[in-house]
Amino acid sequence: MTLMVPAVNVADLKDTTLLNMGIFALFVAITMVIVIRASRNNKTAADYYAAGRSFTGPQNGTAIAGDYLSAASFLGITGAIAINGYDGFMYSIGFLVAWLVALLLVAELLRNTGKFTMADVLSFRLKQRPVRIVAAISTLAVCFFYLLAQMAGAGSLISLLLGISDWGGQALVIMVVGALMIMYVLIGGMKGTTWVQIIKAMLLITGAAVMTFWVLAIYGFNLSDLLGGAVETSKNPAVLNPGLQYGKSDTSKLDFMSLGLALVLGTAALPHVLMRFYTVPTAREARKSVVWSIWLIGIFYLFTLVLGYGAAALVGADTIKAAPGGVNSAAPLLAFHLGGPLLLGFISAVAFATILAVVAGLTITAAASFAHDIYANVIAKGTSDADTEVKVARRTVVVIGLLAIVGGIFANGQNVAFLVALAFAVAASANLPTIIYSLFWRRFTTQGALWSMYGGLGSAIVLIALSPVVSGTKTSMIPGANFAIFPLSNPGLVSIPLAFLLGWLGTVLDKKLENTKKQAEMEVRSLTGVGAEKAVNH
Amino acid sequence: MGNEAQTPGAAASVDFEQVQSTERFQELRKRHRSFVFPMAVAFLLWYFAYVLLADYAVGFMSTKVWGNINIGLILGLLQFVSTFAITGWYVSYSNRRLDPIAAEMRHDIEGHEFDQHGKPITGVQK
Repeated sequence: MTLMVPAVNVADLKDTTLLNMGIFALFVAITMVIVIRASRNNKTAADYYAAGRSFTGPQNGTAIAGDYLSAASFLGITGAIAINGYDGFMYSIGFLVAWLVALLLVAELLRNTGKFTMADVLSFRLKQRPVRIVAAISTLAVCFFYLLAQMAGAGSLISLLLGISDWGGQALVIMVVGALMIMYVLIGGMKGTTWVQIIKAMLLITGAAVMTFWVLAIYGFNLSDLLGGAVETSKNPAVLNPGLQYGKSDTSKLDFMSLGLALVLGTAALPHVLMRFYTVPTAREARKSVVWSIWLIGIFYLFTLVLGYGAAALVGADTIKAAPGGVNSAAPLLAFHLGGPLLLGFISAVAFATILAVVAGLTITAAASFAHDIYANVIAKGTSDADTEVKVARRTVVVIGLLAIVGGIFANGQNVAFLVALAFAVAASANLPTIIYSLFWRRFTTQGALWSMYGGLGSAIVLIALSPVVSGTKTSMIPGANFAIFPLSNPGLVSIPLAFLLGWLGTVLDKKLENTKKQAEMEVRSLTGVGAEKAVNH
Repeated sequence: MGNEAQTPGAAASVDFEQVQSTERFQELRKRHRSFVFPMAVAFLLWYFAYVLLADYAVGFMSTKVWGNINIGLILGLLQFVSTFAITGWYVSYSNRRLDPIAAEMRHDIEGHEFDQHGKPITGVQK
């Protein structure tokens, strides 16, 4: 192997279309068979939403890694490192360290107190109706942002692989992805979705490991030489230093802080990650699953460091930016450079599978929240039976699938890691304060929860709408308009502390006290696991 | 359905306030909080110190230590190391210090309730 950089000819990629489609079709066929087999035991609501709580810690940990290592991690972070160097690496650190919040403060306590959704825990000792409604609204909002990111990733990938750069063609492919996802979730429920995630996580980590090994082998397993290669190709030594992307001005430095805050506090508040803790039988297994996912995710992010700098060195930032799909195409282009059409086909199929699996996980979370929190507990006021609830959930899946398709068509082209960071900011602002307060603060009241959740959700979304992401710059979603009065592109720095403050203020100003019996029950159950939902026996 | 999530089976008639006030539960809560709170503060401080350095001390972070490897990269990789270490530490702590009390209390409470209702303890599937 030579250190010279052979040009990756993007036009060559079209010739591999059939191969890519073949590998992808094979993945869909195999997973569909598994989903159908897994779904034969789906009888109750606990089966449909929580896979009968029958997964082991390691299985669930792998599925969590599958859920978490989305297109954002793989395509987005590799691309961000390839283009912006060190600043891209910061994403992976934030995404990983965040798991400690989930491990230490949330996972086990949540498994012990809840049943299907995040709202089960938040409304445990507060007033059911208002808290459930706001928790469901924020679940739907976070899932929607996350879905947008995944769908945008699908668009980028397609445009690269099939050379489809026209709007209609990409829209068609996004529709196919959406339709497949709806099928998985309708047929398989949580069990089928979990198996798709497990398979995908193993394929993704294996694929990334092979590429990492390959890149390192080219540089004689010397990280310093690889970094040197990245500097040589980019002709910019600053790719190794922080600040290339975020060090430009005082505003961008604050934006970086905001991003860092949102990343580290967002994970433990993501509804689709929280819901995964209900698929294991005990809190001990929930802990085990977090440990597994921390190891898998951590190792994967170490791979992305090598892949990102590898893409910068071997493919080159200019080629990546010029390719259809832009920043997000770094990993597929690197695969093509290393292993030709076959590796590209494999990596692309894995990336597709990634999107499909994550979208399925998000959809079932959103559907469960609507059916369980809004329909069963608010509209039917607890009088509906589990069958009707699951029926409502299935219909919601179709509606959310259609919304995701439409949203994805419009979100095309943004860096997916960045879009996901927005979902993290919304989750951290809307959910985390209430999760923490209701688990650890005895005095916390309904008013505090409502102020914090509506305040956090509202401020995060309003600040995003008024940020440069939506208007004011060339790369905004609405490039023609300018109402960007908030300078930061990530709202976390303002909205997260605000939500914590509102939760505290709402509570201390609340003259009503909550039921101390419920508080005692929640605290005892969360720590001991007394009365926790048991596994379904078939 | 409705509030079913809050009162499943065996735990329905437990006096949780009484359990909460027992010395054993207080000890469990103390052990849990005295580990997770300081640890959460520590890793968040270490993470934000790192973010601030990357943001405002670019010169320092860019100092090359060995070949092309600079302080920024080393501190970044140390974030991975500390995350793995805290994970391992927490697991061993909860296995030794938390799980035994929790399991004992669970057995006492659920076992007691099941006896009262004449149901076998083995009915609880693990």
